[in-house]
Amino acid sequence: MDEPNQFLPRAGLQTLIDRLNHAFDRCLGPVVLDGIVQMRPLSRVEQLPAGHHDHQAPGSYRMTRDDGTRQFDWANGPQALKPLLFTPEEPLWRVDRDDTGRLAFTPHNPMRQRTAVIGARACDLAALRLQDQHFLHGEHPDPYYGARRDGLFLVAVDCSHPTDTCFCASSGDGPGCGDGADIVLTELDDGFLLRGTSDPGRAMAASLGLAAATTAQRQAGRERIVAAAAQQRALPDADLSAVLFARQDHPQWARIADRCLACGNCTAVCPTCFCHRSQEDPVLGGSHSEHLRLWDSCFSPGHAYLHGAHLRESIRDRYRQWLTHKFGGWVTQYGRSGCTGCGRCISWCPVGIDVTAELAALTEATK
Amino acid sequence: MKPSVAVHKFSSCDGCQLAFLNLGEDLLALTELVDIRHFLEAGLAEEDAKVDIAFIEGSVSTSEDAARLRHIRDNSRHLITIGACATAGGIQALRNLHDTTGWTAALYASPQYIDSLDQVTPIRDVIPVDLELWGCPVNGRQVIAAVQQLLFGVAPPRQQDSVCLDCKRAGNTCVLVSGNAPCLGPVTHAGCGALCPAFGRACYGCYGPLENSNTEALAQQFARLGLDAAAITRRFGLITSGAEPFAGTVAKWRGLPT
Repeated sequence: MDEPNQFLPRAGLQTLIDRLNHAFDRCLGPVVLDGIVQMRPLSRVEQLPAGHHDHQAPGSYRMTRDDGTRQFDWANGPQALKPLLFTPEEPLWRVDRDDTGRLAFTPHNPMRQRTAVIGARACDLAALRLQDQHFLHGEHPDPYYGARRDGLFLVAVDCSHPTDTCFCASSGDGPGCGDGADIVLTELDDGFLLRGTSDPGRAMAASLGLAAATTAQRQAGRERIVAAAAQQRALPDADLSAVLFARQDHPQWARIADRCLACGNCTAVCPTCFCHRSQEDPVLGGSHSEHLRLWDSCFSPGHAYLHGAHLRESIRDRYRQWLTHKFGGWVTQYGRSGCTGCGRCISWCPVGIDVTAELAALTEATK
Repeated sequence: MKPSVAVHKFSSCDGCQLAFLNLGEDLLALTELVDIRHFLEAGLAEEDAKVDIAFIEGSVSTSEDAARLRHIRDNSRHLITIGACATAGGIQALRNLHDTTGWTAALYASPQYIDSLDQVTPIRDVIPVDLELWGCPVNGRQVIAAVQQLLFGVAPPRQQDSVCLDCKRAGNTCVLVSGNAPCLGPVTHAGCGALCPAFGRACYGCYGPLENSNTEALAQQFARLGLDAAAITRRFGLITSGAEPFAGTVAKWRGLPT
């Protein structure tokens, strides 16, 4: 909240949407479709989910609607930014074979589509910073991710409506937005606090010609964020990395495996999970083939299959791998846990396995 | 010389053979790459042809099937079973759960002409099978991929993800989490492109159980969502009821009081 706040009256939100649609190739925002919040092309303010609220619980997601006018009184949908940058499936190159059998490789140029997104949350921004670290700041930056990331303009919204599965306050990532957005909004009853948080964001904010927010408006915004930090779930207060690596033989792993379906939903909705695999998609006759990259999951059998041997055959071993990597291995690799407290893995697990509860059980003294 | 292909039919609905006929332009490309010798649905009849690749649709259901299968195995270099019937017994394997002698007597005026084994089995129970393409029905993409990999001289990779991963990659709304639909997607092999969930329907498990399929945990979840034992039994006991661990889950839940 260091940046100066302006006040955007609710009626002015359409102007911001218009500006974004004009300045970028597309503007995406939250709409309710098939009973969930999804990021879809946004051109009219009426598309936003005014009065919609999500009710999430382990293995359950429902939306209800009342006559409220606030447009961001919900926590999140199953996806936000991840599919926009780390796409679920994309061709990386094409290989052609001529009559003599010689192969010619042609890379697919990453699509340079400039996308503005309204409605990212603090947990999404934290996840974005981690995905940036993985895809862009390593030894081999990913040009496909990078091209889409370069063209991304983010209007994030502080969370005012955490749901039962949220625990961003305990992961340290929310509910107020951290770094990574271009503009941050805090929703009030009659409009938004608005602040530019990057050079392009400040330029966009300045172009709206808004008045400075009053002291009372800023105070109301702060109170909303403080209220949203009161969440039902929390991570155990422990060095989870040390606990997990020390307790690989804990009986709790087998108890989780009794319930876990190994379906991979947790990894698919996790905003930081980045595993992928590649496969060939040859045409009949074999004259050419597309080399595809697609989301993979450490719960799929091929993920740990090496030269005729499975490293992790059982569901127990796969769940243990996921949780240990997310909360332990990431700390070594990326300097922090891979969990940003969004709670998606809890809601979208078909059997409602709750990572916070499992971590608590694993943290308790071995029984 | 082009590799030769035969498509044989056992007890089935012919839907998997349609995966070939529905290939469109790829069917023309296929006929340029391989020599299709036997394929009754397409009007080609050479049952005894020796071929490089034999596709088999349907389950083992009558007393003549075993001998015919052994003959086909002897005539075929690679043998690929296609569809739920050939790989898991299919819908007709549901009769394994019942004493069907009484049904035959009740339904047919002259039941002595009905030749039907007590137990319906997948093809692999009778002869060695080199590759199984699961699905009800299989789709053209699977068939083309398998043929192309064999033409390349490599072993076709098996589809390995759950239906859920296809749903998530496609951005489908989860019908189980958002609507309590009794979806088998979490325990079922991908391959159909998550067809039913894409249209808001629960997965029927057509592509068979995942290699690590925790059907019991999913059945317990269905029970928590309000399905009774009979409904849970019907869910797992449908298209691939003969495949473990679906079969074990059916056996367990059909014995429980409703």
